[in-house]
Amino acid sequence: MLEIKNIAKTFNLGTINEKKALNGLSLTLNDGDFVTVIGGNGAGKSTLLNAIAGVWPVDSGSILIDGEDVTGLQGFKRAKFIGRVFQDPMTGTAATMEIEENLALAMRRGKKRTLGWGVTKAEREIYKEKLATLNLGLEERMTAKVGLLSGGQRQALTLLMATLQKPKLLLLDEHTAALDPKTAQKVLDATDKIVNADKLTTLMITHNMKDAIAHGNRLIMLHDGQVIFDVSGEEKKNLTVKDLMDKFGVAAGEEFSNDRMVLG
Amino acid sequence: MAQYFASLNFLDLLGRLPAGVAQGLIWGIMALGVYITFRLLDIADLSVDGTFSTGGAVTVMLILAGVDAKIAILVAIVAGLAAGAVTGILHTRFGIPAILAGILTQYALYSVNLLIMGMSANKAVSVDKYNLIISGRNVPHAILIGGIFTIIVIAILYWFFGTEMGSGLRATGCNQEMAKAQGININAMKILGLSVSNGLVALAGGLASQYSGFADINSGRGSIVIGLAAVIIGEVIGEALLGKHLNFAGRLAFVIIGGIIYYVVYTLVLWLKIDSNLMKMFTAIIVAVFLAVPYLKGMARSSFGKAGKRSQQELKNAKEED
Repeated sequence: MLEIKNIAKTFNLGTINEKKALNGLSLTLNDGDFVTVIGGNGAGKSTLLNAIAGVWPVDSGSILIDGEDVTGLQGFKRAKFIGRVFQDPMTGTAATMEIEENLALAMRRGKKRTLGWGVTKAEREIYKEKLATLNLGLEERMTAKVGLLSGGQRQALTLLMATLQKPKLLLLDEHTAALDPKTAQKVLDATDKIVNADKLTTLMITHNMKDAIAHGNRLIMLHDGQVIFDVSGEEKKNLTVKDLMDKFGVAAGEEFSNDRMVLG
Repeated sequence: MAQYFASLNFLDLLGRLPAGVAQGLIWGIMALGVYITFRLLDIADLSVDGTFSTGGAVTVMLILAGVDAKIAILVAIVAGLAAGAVTGILHTRFGIPAILAGILTQYALYSVNLLIMGMSANKAVSVDKYNLIISGRNVPHAILIGGIFTIIVIAILYWFFGTEMGSGLRATGCNQEMAKAQGININAMKILGLSVSNGLVALAGGLASQYSGFADINSGRGSIVIGLAAVIIGEVIGEALLGKHLNFAGRLAFVIIGGIIYYVVYTLVLWLKIDSNLMKMFTAIIVAVFLAVPYLKGMARSSFGKAGKRSQQELKNAKEED
């Protein structure tokens, strides 16, 4: 579903802040893979997701989604393949617009925006049903402005928006990191439910190693802009946080002691 | 002092008010253009000072050349759309900050407008010789025509911003990251919004030139501030009267009402024999105050000064209890 071939990206080239964020990274995701991504600060996790989403062009290498080369496409054009949820709950929704208007914008992701009605009566029913599955009571507040919702509610809504039209690829960039533990768990549960129901091919960045082990069928560890560890299936299920910390220690030497990785 | 008050004739004021309403309706359309960029796209677009004059220049020159006034107005709108697109392209394709892109367009339009008017700073068009859509000579008719135009413009805007494309434009103004993630071409939306906005401003400029009977190179000077004043006055009154029930159509209507109130106040100021040149200062003060109010309200709710005082009081109370 997703093929990443040898991509590289350097920020601030030729300045003292030069940073090689992606260093010939290659990765292939099979249809329905739910991959958790871990790694220290500056390992290239968010950079990888941004490269896939097309936030900026990569310096070299190729990105293929469902066999189609998207390397030369701007982000908004790739959006037709990709659903995204961001770390900041404010990023994924339009605060001054209504809940149903936000959903309607997401329903038309990747389609031509015409002069037809922005929200139709028929789709309202669909949104109502979908919102009800979140168990947040949002189905009763469809014309409320999204700015009135809490961070957790907004993140759950963003998740629903990202998956409203089945995306070929779902990108979750630490989407529970800004939430309190209880809300984070709720959003993670909702994520599992939606990803499993639609068999979505997913990349989920997390700083929580327990979550990285508990969710998905495959786990990758990044370091210095490369994939240094890639496990799936039974081997992944049997991982422990200690295994991961050891792996990380081997790769990173002693640097990792001052990292903000959560031990779980 | 007594002499001053004796010189004021209240009936004279009543006589002048309808003209203020007519002008307010025309400038209300201009303010709707400002509303699109300032409120919906979150861009302060200064090109409008130029496009207002462009609208007047194009309309008057075409009418003088024998073109029907209705067609002349349509061409003026197209000229405004094009000018707005130039600002949009400077901003999105060439990375020039929006405010500077607007200033550049406005600056260039001064020359363009002079070219349109045959290098003359003022061109008269007499309602006696030409069949104008709207004229200050017949104020009740001008109010009727102005009213019809505002209703049509509000209806079209209300419809457009409810469509898929219009929603995409609003999302762009609200949250660019989100818009991009939903596959919206935010650059195209910004160009579209700036274009539509300046099209409306040119329409208002075209109507204003016919109303006053001339096109003037300086007619648009400061129109961004007048537009903002109308938008803000309308919002404050709309929210005070309707509160939560103020929907989008209501917001648009109150922008027009803001324009009318502005011109009624302007009429009042002239009637009080205050130098009209001071009006620019009053307008700037009104806009500054209303823009500052929401910020100051927020500050009043949570300011360090008050927190410090509360803290001192609490510490003092604790000491007294000991």
